[in-house]
Amino acid sequence: MKSILLVVAVAALYILHQDIWFWRSSHLVFGFIPVGLFYHGLFSVAASLLMWLLVTFAWPSHLEREVEETRREDEPA
Amino acid sequence: LIPAIVVFLYLATVLYIGIFAFRRSTGREKAEDYFLASRSLGPFVFLFSLFGTNMTAFAILGSSGHAFNNGIVTFGLMASSSGLVIPLTIFLIGTRVWALGKKYGFMTPVQMFRDRWECTHIGTMIFAIQAVLLVPYIIIGIMGGGTTLYAISNGTVPYWFGGALVALVVMSYVFFGGMRGTAWVNTFQTVLFLAFGAMALAVIGYGMGGFQAAAEGMKNSPLSWLLTRERISPYYFFSYTFIPLSAIAFPHILIFCLTAKKMNQFKKTVIFYPLCILAIWLPCVFLGVMANRVSDISEIRQKQEARRVLATQGKTMDPAKRDELREESGADDVIMLLLHRYAPLWLAGLLGAGIMAAVMASDSQILALSTMFTEDVFAFYGGKRRFGEAVQVQTGRLFIILITLFAYAVALRAPETIFELAIQYAFSGYAALSPLLIAALFWKGSTKWGALAVTVWTAFAVVAVAVFQAVVPAPAPGPPSVIWSLGGTEVLSRTPGGTAVFGFMPVVPMVLISALLMWVVSLLTRKPTRTTLAKYF
Repeated sequence: MKSILLVVAVAALYILHQDIWFWRSSHLVFGFIPVGLFYHGLFSVAASLLMWLLVTFAWPSHLEREVEETRREDEPA
Repeated sequence: LIPAIVVFLYLATVLYIGIFAFRRSTGREKAEDYFLASRSLGPFVFLFSLFGTNMTAFAILGSSGHAFNNGIVTFGLMASSSGLVIPLTIFLIGTRVWALGKKYGFMTPVQMFRDRWECTHIGTMIFAIQAVLLVPYIIIGIMGGGTTLYAISNGTVPYWFGGALVALVVMSYVFFGGMRGTAWVNTFQTVLFLAFGAMALAVIGYGMGGFQAAAEGMKNSPLSWLLTRERISPYYFFSYTFIPLSAIAFPHILIFCLTAKKMNQFKKTVIFYPLCILAIWLPCVFLGVMANRVSDISEIRQKQEARRVLATQGKTMDPAKRDELREESGADDVIMLLLHRYAPLWLAGLLGAGIMAAVMASDSQILALSTMFTEDVFAFYGGKRRFGEAVQVQTGRLFIILITLFAYAVALRAPETIFELAIQYAFSGYAALSPLLIAALFWKGSTKWGALAVTVWTAFAVVAVAVFQAVVPAPAPGPPSVIWSLGGTEVLSRTPGGTAVFGFMPVVPMVLISALLMWVVSLLTRKPTRTTLAKYF
């Protein structure tokens, strides 16, 4: 279930990148940042948060264990 | 000349770091130490060097230049899409390649492919394609060095000399320091150019009397389209999300993934990567757009005039004249012009050093090519066995000299802007190679013949796009020239900036056909042995 939610989150963010809703808007946020640029700035912050979720809930720790096991097998007895 | 002197001091510092790394490695003439820093990089160096190696000249020069002529769309096209796709691929692919490197001692992607698919010469072919596609990236660095020093010194340091100096400094610290020197220099450079964005924004914003008036003025002017994406097709915008797939397929990035001491070091890199991109690209894109409101810099006015003539009279001009105007409207130096105008001399020098830091990211590509040549060709075909490991390292060093000289010679003649050269060839090609990695790591059923099909297709597609764009001249800004349509649908078009296939950039069909070929050809051909598959799954 956790994995499915994370895959959905990744797909949702990918779709949100194509923000057709601000395509033609020249509205200025805080009086100087174009809204399209502001949105994609926030998108980058959201991408960082998503990466934190992935690292926290889907970290491939089995790879580390496999490396450790191989190292132990290679060490002389 | 003061800014140029500050930049020269910066170059000397970078050189010293490389030499220091060399002294640290003395007595350890082992290939793994020279090419991978003994797989021992700590979390801080790993994050900053991996990020820094991916930020080339166009992170600062190309992005602001592109934004000057195309508006805020530049950030969405390259930066925010990279902020999602690149850390995702590092998380999914980089960690797995790291683990395989630790377990089986791989030092290059081709070593892994040869083992995974039980192949020999197909691996050599993958090496050849990777090497050919990597060279433009190295050229970009040298071109950026020449452009930057020329602009910083107000034309006192000629382009050929600036390019030669950057090439010499990069070659020296890569030659002496290997991966350790390259990673340390990259870390130093990344800290510099991360600071650059905020400083440049503050200084130029102060000089312009704040951005509010400039932004408001632009909103109410005929240039208001630069604050939107109305001149960009949504298909084109979507296409760009395929480009960052190239990052993990670049050998220098994948080789960097092998240098981490522990897998935990990937965590910080994956989380902070989008924020680092934001910190560099957002100020550069914003400043590039705002430069259009600066009226007291003659060079900027000339660029705007060339752009205006191209847009209004381009359709009736001959292609050569259009190319000339495109060249004139090229704005890779726009951020340097802003710094000249608004920053005090000493600060312009410091900021120039920050730009040089981004420009000089070609070090990792040079080292990666050398690692690939010595491991995938020299060692694989018996050189290491016959001559020993010390000769292998010396061969790598000789290769570094030769490839740098070659790149410099090409950089002196290449007429294209930094941004176009990078995107059209290297990025699209590597994105089309990314199915190789996904298939090798996640699909038991993939075969060496599938890998060969992907490689041949990538080479064919890159050449086809290059030939098409050379033969069919770019139209004036506006609607594309339709070359082939089917039932009212535009199949193949020549756009002002490149090529469109069904409205998408070529990278989309290139990646999709690569994936399809890997799937179909693998289904029809013999799989690797169970022993090999057991190592990977």
